[in-house]
Amino acid sequence: MSLARILGLLAVLIAVGLLIAAPTMLRSYGVYLLALWSVTTIAALGLNLTLGYAGQISLAQGAFVGIGAYTVALATAAGIPYFVAFLGAGLITFAIGWCLGYPALRVQHHFLAFVTLAFSTLVFLVLRNEQWLTNGIYGINDIARPKVFGLSTNRNPDFYYFALGMLALFAGLQWWMLRSPWGRAFVAIRENPLRAASLGIDVRRYTLMAFAIGSAYGGFAGALYAPLVQFIEPNSFQLTYSLKLLLIVLVGGAGYFIGPFFGAMIEILLPEWLRFTQGYYLLIYATLVVILMAVCPKGLVGAVALIAERRRKPPGRAPGPGGTLDPGGATPGPTGAASASHSR
Amino acid sequence: MASFLQLLVSGLATGAIYALVAVGFSLLWQTSQTINFAQGEFVMVPAFFVLVAMHTLGLPFWLAAIVGIATAALVLGVLFKRIIVDQMLRHGVLPLVVSTIALSLFMREAVKDFYSAQAQPFPSLVADRDITLFGVVFSAQSLALLVVAVAIVAALHIFLQHTRFGRMMQATAQNPTVARILGIDVERMILTTFLVNAVLCAIASILISPIYLAKFTNGETLGLAAFVAAIIGGFNQARGAMAGGILLGVLDNLCAAYMSAQYRSAVPLILLVLFILFRPQGLMGRVEERTV
Amino acid sequence: MVSLSQIAARRGVLGGIVLAGALAVSSLSARAADDTVFIPNVVELSGAGAVSGTNWRDGITLAVEEINAAGGILGKKLNVPHLDTQSDASIARAQVQKVMDDKPYVILGPVFSGSVLVTMALAQQNEIAEIVGGEAAAITQRGNAFVFRTSFGQQFSMPKIANYIRDGLKAKSVAVLWVNNDFGKGGRDNFTKEMQARDIKVVADISTESGQVDFAADVVKLKAANADAVFVYTNEEESARFLKEARKQSLKGALIGETTLLSQKVIELAGEAANGVRGHVGLSSDAPVPALATFAEKFKKRFNYANDHNGIKGYVAVYAIKHVTEKIGKFDSKAFAEALHGMTITPDKTPGILMEATWDKNGDIDRASFLGEVVAGKQKIVEVLPKLNK
Repeated sequence: MSLARILGLLAVLIAVGLLIAAPTMLRSYGVYLLALWSVTTIAALGLNLTLGYAGQISLAQGAFVGIGAYTVALATAAGIPYFVAFLGAGLITFAIGWCLGYPALRVQHHFLAFVTLAFSTLVFLVLRNEQWLTNGIYGINDIARPKVFGLSTNRNPDFYYFALGMLALFAGLQWWMLRSPWGRAFVAIRENPLRAASLGIDVRRYTLMAFAIGSAYGGFAGALYAPLVQFIEPNSFQLTYSLKLLLIVLVGGAGYFIGPFFGAMIEILLPEWLRFTQGYYLLIYATLVVILMAVCPKGLVGAVALIAERRRKPPGRAPGPGGTLDPGGATPGPTGAASASHSR
Repeated sequence: MASFLQLLVSGLATGAIYALVAVGFSLLWQTSQTINFAQGEFVMVPAFFVLVAMHTLGLPFWLAAIVGIATAALVLGVLFKRIIVDQMLRHGVLPLVVSTIALSLFMREAVKDFYSAQAQPFPSLVADRDITLFGVVFSAQSLALLVVAVAIVAALHIFLQHTRFGRMMQATAQNPTVARILGIDVERMILTTFLVNAVLCAIASILISPIYLAKFTNGETLGLAAFVAAIIGGFNQARGAMAGGILLGVLDNLCAAYMSAQYRSAVPLILLVLFILFRPQGLMGRVEERTV
Repeated sequence: MVSLSQIAARRGVLGGIVLAGALAVSSLSARAADDTVFIPNVVELSGAGAVSGTNWRDGITLAVEEINAAGGILGKKLNVPHLDTQSDASIARAQVQKVMDDKPYVILGPVFSGSVLVTMALAQQNEIAEIVGGEAAAITQRGNAFVFRTSFGQQFSMPKIANYIRDGLKAKSVAVLWVNNDFGKGGRDNFTKEMQARDIKVVADISTESGQVDFAADVVKLKAANADAVFVYTNEEESARFLKEARKQSLKGALIGETTLLSQKVIELAGEAANGVRGHVGLSSDAPVPALATFAEKFKKRFNYANDHNGIKGYVAVYAIKHVTEKIGKFDSKAFAEALHGMTITPDKTPGILMEATWDKNGDIDRASFLGEVVAGKQKIVEVLPKLNK
């Protein structure tokens, strides 16, 4: 057992080492993509909290990224220091998430999905139409990259390290959160909302909290997106972007802490890997997603965990106290919970 | 007043299309908890089946239309259910949602790559003529569209309410477990809803393509409109989806004319949110027992 | 908690493998061989810009095939890969970053103005010329010496329309109907400015959505405004649907357009309703220039569909590269950009340029254009407008 732990630690260290060493091995383009991956992963981590842990479908994560990006772009242009704007982006999206989730979670199940769907289109319309504030359809250009500890991040490798650091910070934060009493409440709710409620957990408040924190992760990701691309426009944050993030989380494996890392990697690097297919990579991507969902609805990490579990345990044995990461499928996962509450 | 009437009639015609698509959408939801994010593409694609039948196989339009509807029933009905829905449904709603999102991407890209990215002219069932009545000009096309759409939904309603088969479908929709106990062939009922949905989409496709022109992006707005119409109308009633669709079409026009054109697409969404907050069962839906 | 770390272990290993694979693949991008010249095309091949982007790509493909069949440029074959921006600025930037790593000679695309704005900064940093399809005024107003257009910017086409509305139509009031995306909004803003400069009142300002089907409400508003002329600035399908609705409700006032509204595609789609439409025709296969008609035929034969102006733009861009390179006699990106500023290319030297064209110091293009009218289902050219700085 302890060997596995050592191996695990080693593997994580290797992965981190590779990520840190990446700029010396890659050219400018690869480094830019990895920075984009870091930013996307933060947004997906947030959605994973809402979807994978609290079992709520949000179709507005892309809109929250947009709000974060615009907050930072407008605030830094007005002379507000980057890190103040960065915090502001998180706070604003947290508040909006709370206000949006509050009424939606009061009523029936799945209505959060519909409300967030409407919200993401409304955000696009406001970004496009209120030109006095957002410069409308033209977007905002020449967004400055921040100075971190007095160091410029204008070069791609420097910004990449900044984004990677932020990813580590937010991932660590979520790791800690999920192991706090709070996080255990999330899991309890997902596994069995009725039992959780009977144990005195305020289901609605925790679900709302998960959604608001998830939204704030989107806002923070946006705050990194704006200086990374240095140009933002309303089109980038339409419903399609939210759907893309949803796909990332589910392809990676909803409810698995490291799912979003893999989902985002597939989404961003797959076009690169499939370049030999010319223009058909989107077709192939779509097909792969459907096949993955049919074969292993718990996503990539879910598939790996399932194989690992099968090899380790004789079939039929009850799953251990792994809680959130229970891969066997014996306990209803997030998807199971969602469906269970639907069959009348 | 004449302009108001004008807007009303145009809105009704557009709304009737939304209604056709929304009815199929809510049927799928009721019988199999399928939230079909590719519903818009289900309307976009049959037009291309018809075009292929006409241009590649050289069939006359009426025959091509029948071939198109039949192909849609097979591919978007039977195959969609067997290959995609059946595989995923046992895992819950989410994998299916994701699959339909991926499917919509697949259909758009496939049409673009293998047919054309350009808008294609599409033959019309009715001559392109205008009719003037009470100072209002109607195009024969949109009138025909309105009539056909209403007739189909009415027929569907009668079928569901007043035939044995239809009532069995409804029973399945409302409670599959009880339906099974009552000896209803639930599998067959569910398959039928998928067929009905595919045929409705194909008909909508043939009705709108002369006006919309056949193009790979057509599904995007249509799918969203159907989705919103279904929720506003009440997710669990075909009748409601019909009302929701028509409401949406009319509101869109009135809002663009009398309020803000830039925000015209916001109105249905605000309406949607208001419905969720104050009348979550929708315009005509039944109240569902609360979950959680 | 034991199972947790074990699973983490396996995932970590997987992570390492996937990452290593990713790194290996991305560092393995192929270097161009010595006997070819690398001219990547970064353009919208999927998403909202796919129609324009595929047209642009096919125009380029046609020119590249012709040039390569004739021996290439200075003895080198053109190597023109097409990279998809997915109509997204962040991906456009990534793709341009990527091709920069392989030292391109010139970059083609994108077409979306937003993506042009974000990528042209990279072009400037790397001192590589970028020949773009965007028409937003802002592109050439930022002092970037490495960006070049292939068609009129809106700041050039709108004054021509405005003059026509003032002098040709003698209109006192206009209404403007535009599609609310960066193309339509840019046109609308420039048009409104030109109207104000000429003391013509804009009595209705109507925004429409891209993909909009029902124009009843918009025509009702236009009727209420009762303007002398209506300027319509939307894409092909929407233009056709609008014209049908305008005819249906018998809208009064002259219908004026810019290139799109008078295009063969709109006439085909709108039928009789297009008759009487007037306006400015920039780059179109319908212009009375035999070279453009020949190009349209070749395009149709090769790709089995009719090109729009983006196809011509892509085609012309490649031939401009050929002409400039043969002029400077070497593959030098910086010298290329310097040479193209102020250069005039004529079709008798380089037939592929189709019409005589001059690039000014900002990278804007200048060429002749036309005033036209749709008569009995055909575009008829009424007047040829000479180049601005002849």
